[in-house]
Amino acid sequence: MTTTDPTLTHPDPTGDVPAPGRNTGTRGTRIVGFATIVSMGWLVAFGLGFSPEDRDQRESVRLLYVHVPTIWIAYLAFIVTAVASVMYFFGKKKSLGWDRLAGASAEIGTAFVAVTLVIGAMWGRLTWGVFWQWDARLTTTALLFVTYIGYLAVRRLGGTHQQRARRSAVIGMLAVLEIPLVHWSVRLWRSLHQEATVLGTDADVSMDGLMLFSLFVGVIAFSLLYLWLVLHRTRVLAMEDLLDDRGLDDALAARRSEAGSNQAGSNQAGSGQASSDQGGVA
Amino acid sequence: MSTLRIARLVAVKDLRIEWNSRVFVNQVLPFAGVTMVIFAFALDADSVLQRVAPGLVWLATMFSMLVLVQRAFAVETSDGALDALRVAGVDPRAIYLGKAVALGVQLLVLEVVLLFAAVILYGQTVPAGGVVLLVTTLISATCGLAAVGTLYGGLAAGFTGRETLLPLLTFPAVAPVLIGATRAVEAALGTAGAVVSDGWPWVGLLIVFAVAFGVGGALAFGPLIDE
Repeated sequence: MTTTDPTLTHPDPTGDVPAPGRNTGTRGTRIVGFATIVSMGWLVAFGLGFSPEDRDQRESVRLLYVHVPTIWIAYLAFIVTAVASVMYFFGKKKSLGWDRLAGASAEIGTAFVAVTLVIGAMWGRLTWGVFWQWDARLTTTALLFVTYIGYLAVRRLGGTHQQRARRSAVIGMLAVLEIPLVHWSVRLWRSLHQEATVLGTDADVSMDGLMLFSLFVGVIAFSLLYLWLVLHRTRVLAMEDLLDDRGLDDALAARRSEAGSNQAGSNQAGSGQASSDQGGVA
Repeated sequence: MSTLRIARLVAVKDLRIEWNSRVFVNQVLPFAGVTMVIFAFALDADSVLQRVAPGLVWLATMFSMLVLVQRAFAVETSDGALDALRVAGVDPRAIYLGKAVALGVQLLVLEVVLLFAAVILYGQTVPAGGVVLLVTTLISATCGLAAVGTLYGGLAAGFTGRETLLPLLTFPAVAPVLIGATRAVEAALGTAGAVVSDGWPWVGLLIVFAVAFGVGGALAFGPLIDE
């Protein structure tokens, strides 16, 4: 995170060999990163320190300052994935930049949903007495999580970058179709099979002002974290793609030069090796 | 040739391959039957089995569907048949529709056999009043399953790791079908005191699902296999 590299945002496979020590940090990401650390510190101070404990939920209410922001930002991340998928798929240029943004955003969104589920389970154990309720919102969230794990698996299927981009764009857009259907069906399911509800998951109680502010700090902190991660991750993905392209070219060039030097040099290596080199190049 | 005519040709071709190879009859149906038997081992109580029988029918259907989908695309990719179809200028929507219809026909046979198994093994009864709901549910759920299965089968076809990727993609997507079809069949069979009229909202859900994924799949299939 020490060098600024303006060419990084426009990776050019025909460009020069990247300098060692090149990384994904820029002045902008450093500012965002610093702001993230500061706001996380605020969140710790407000969430664990200043905000009062809840009358019913006691100290466990503090978990919500992470639980709620992470799921909001995860929704935002998946919306970004869907929009970037649409931009790739229907865009004329078929720009891989949109694809990498979609992938990076989905990765971070999935990680945030995982945090939401784990923290939610802890909160549920403390408040409801159980880790899990087959509540509509919980079930939908779990399926959302699995759906995007599937999306990330599709990204790793292999093939060219454009193939990857096209496949994952289709899945990214289908997920938008899938999630409302899943949510609708799960809600119908739970409303017809209403069992003894311990406590509604809708936290529609009027919140204390300081609690609300702590939640607000949490949203700011996790938004900044998302932004910082997505910027870096998109650039890392760009570098990975570049490495794939460049790596193949380099390997081919190395084999060619090897074959060339074998032909030009003495024949003591034997004709067998030379012919196998030729086969390798072909 | 019109899209529908090509779709019919593709569907007939798929079903003929299945009929000649007898894999469906000799392996998939026995697999589904064994699944029903091991469910009984796992849930060792007659009353529990009676209560959950409709759900088990649909679970067995979905497990078997994975096998069917993989087979449907193995025959296409093993000798590049799918590429040949594309090179021949065949409309991908027609391929999608044809393969979905062939898959749907097999699923429908499978579901009827599994329902019979539930009647025999789990002591289910089919009341006369629930037959219309039962048939409507079977058809609409099958359309949804075939639409999703064909779409994700085409996506994963020809890649290493497809055997594991397919269930990962398919199961979250077909969760609404599992929920809706199970409740509707419970209503049709009168499981645990359910009444027939409870089943119809679920059929609505199944139809919306089938239409959404049918249209989405037909549009997405071309870009997915065109590479």
